[in-house]
Amino acid sequence: MALRVLVAVKRVIDYAVKIRVKPDKTGVVTDGVKHSMNPFCEIAVEEAVRMKEKKQAEEVIAVSCGPVQCQETIRTALAMGVDRGIHVEVSGKDYESLGPLQVSKVLAALAKKEKVDLILVGKQAIDDDCNQTGQMTAALLDWPQGTFVSEVSIGEGGLTVTREVDGGLETIKVQVPAVLTSDLRLNEPRYATLPNIMKAKKKRIDKLSLGDLALSAGGNLETVSVVEPPTRSAGVKVENAEELVQKLREIGHI
Amino acid sequence: MALHSPLRAFPALKRVAGWRNHRLQPKRCMNRDVTDALSAVAGADNISTSSAVLEQHGKDESYHGCKPPDIVVWPQNVEQVSRLAAICWANDLPIIPFGTSTGLEGGVAALKGGVCFDLTKMDKIVKLNAVDFDVTVEPGVTRKSLNNYLRGSGLWFPVDPGADASLCGMAATSASGTNAVRYGTMRENVMNMEVVLADGRIMYTAGAQRRTRKTSAGYNLTNLFVGSEGTLGIITKTTLRLHGIPESMVSAVCTFPTVQAAVDCTVQVLQYGIPIARIEFLDDVMMDACNKFSKLNYAVSSTLFLEFHGTEKSLAEQIQVTDEIMKANRGSDYIWAKDQEARDKLWQARHNAWYAARALRPGCKAYSTDVCVPLSKLPEIIVATKDDLIQSKLTGPIVGHVGDGNFHCLMTMDPRDKDEERRVKEFTDRLARRALAMDGTCTGEHGIGLGKRHLLTEEIGAVGMEVMRGIKAALDPKQIMNPGKVV
Repeated sequence: MALRVLVAVKRVIDYAVKIRVKPDKTGVVTDGVKHSMNPFCEIAVEEAVRMKEKKQAEEVIAVSCGPVQCQETIRTALAMGVDRGIHVEVSGKDYESLGPLQVSKVLAALAKKEKVDLILVGKQAIDDDCNQTGQMTAALLDWPQGTFVSEVSIGEGGLTVTREVDGGLETIKVQVPAVLTSDLRLNEPRYATLPNIMKAKKKRIDKLSLGDLALSAGGNLETVSVVEPPTRSAGVKVENAEELVQKLREIGHI
Repeated sequence: MALHSPLRAFPALKRVAGWRNHRLQPKRCMNRDVTDALSAVAGADNISTSSAVLEQHGKDESYHGCKPPDIVVWPQNVEQVSRLAAICWANDLPIIPFGTSTGLEGGVAALKGGVCFDLTKMDKIVKLNAVDFDVTVEPGVTRKSLNNYLRGSGLWFPVDPGADASLCGMAATSASGTNAVRYGTMRENVMNMEVVLADGRIMYTAGAQRRTRKTSAGYNLTNLFVGSEGTLGIITKTTLRLHGIPESMVSAVCTFPTVQAAVDCTVQVLQYGIPIARIEFLDDVMMDACNKFSKLNYAVSSTLFLEFHGTEKSLAEQIQVTDEIMKANRGSDYIWAKDQEARDKLWQARHNAWYAARALRPGCKAYSTDVCVPLSKLPEIIVATKDDLIQSKLTGPIVGHVGDGNFHCLMTMDPRDKDEERRVKEFTDRLARRALAMDGTCTGEHGIGLGKRHLLTEEIGAVGMEVMRGIKAALDPKQIMNPGKVV
């Protein structure tokens, strides 16, 4: 039973970049800053591509929601081995208010449209750390979910999924169609090679708008302000133990 | 600083040894005016004379003791480097360029004090030209951070000396590594450099903005500065040649009954024209150390670790031919790995070699030899070296980039045992001379630094040394660029 797989990929600020807050405190600086695919999305793409290589997946589609630059992120997924891409164009104010709920509605709509058996997403994005999209998508579709996946195998009865949980590892059986969210130890993503990047340029990326999926923009969350964490102030040196105890009393620690 | 003038009257105090007494050694013209001038250029937050900072900047990963500078500055751009250098020039102050302090030959030791230029705040990836396969970086960019940046482009910078070193620092020491057999060393992969000379003049070794795959314009200044170890100028930018990430990789491990068999196998693999990407030799002592350290179970015998890069088809060919060669040389216990995770596990033993060697004798200092000889001489020199180790009662597991004819004895020395230290020193000199006698070099990749200057003279010869010293005098007549190193 070769599965039809949908992988969602998010374009985020590259994890190696030093984040700076905009002076007007409305958000972080994104202009001219290096962006790349969210690392957990890379892991999800890698897992989907491996399924394709093992002939367990029949077609892998990558989708990204956002401005035109998201096509670069989709191209990276194509260079890793995904068959084709879908870019759901969302820009300007709509993009600023785009969050997990809106994205999961998009994924649910696409899952039905493309008759998908498996949705793979990263467990969370490194910019908002929400860890909600996978779960919300499963709820909207009323599909079972396997989250924080560190291992997945496909068998006759469905998927056997190992999840990383606080107490250790939990193994569950999940029927398809299902949603899985990838955790760090699921795999080590491949690097796109030059020949594959060249081949990826010829692969298809369909462009859709929210309207095409009978959805509208607009969330009910408004970012009020974004500030940097307080800078660490210098420590206080004391001359002796008595002074230490006195200072600790002063600040109420004892 | 208050101790300055009284100590001028007591020259005997100059001979006080040990880094902790550095404050008692008279400083050359490091006075308030100079400190203020340096601070005015770099900013008050970007200079330091605190003893912890100085200590940190006086040592690297070598066994050489700490020789701290008198002051550390952190310039943020090349104009500042130029102005700071001009101040040092005007005041006859030594200049010590500093990157990630991962060097292995004491290159950053400030033998005569002076100003340490910590270039790590200059950490921009200036320009990537993916279509042209080149990238320009500043000294604060390390090898791993560059490859991270490149990961979506299909390109990588393959020179891999092990440590996550500054790329400009790798250029300064002409670094190499496990991949050199296929991709070359820094010499082959640096296209251009921006350099600040001792007097502050800024130059480009191939001309500003030049980044061609080849050139025959004028003297090859690029390769003059590659490997100059901070003695001719401060490297502030380097333009590097990039390579395509291999489509596919396969790793293998194979055990051999003797050193001769393993090295013969290596030589034959190369003579067959197989474009092997990595071929590393570990001797039985090293394998034993690795087994203990990484809790592995490899056979304790001469072992080769190999890595193949290429398309799926070419890998199949390479592997088939190599398989036959290994069998013909009595190789056994092959392990092959294709997946990233399996390959990483296979190479773990080799990557941890340095730590595994040190773990054999905890508390000891470690020193790595670095001779390199023509391939045909490799079996002979490794066998002779192992005999010497046994005769001298020394611990020195051997790990080598045998594809280049280069190998390292990872010597361990008990700091309390002066006799052992003497035996190690004599052994390493004998080893270097053995290599020189076989048309080899005393240092394949680590550099001359502090400890091999006497060997350089033997290796290059009198006339060659005169020419090198002539060049040094032309570029640094005041002898302020990293004094006491190389020439």
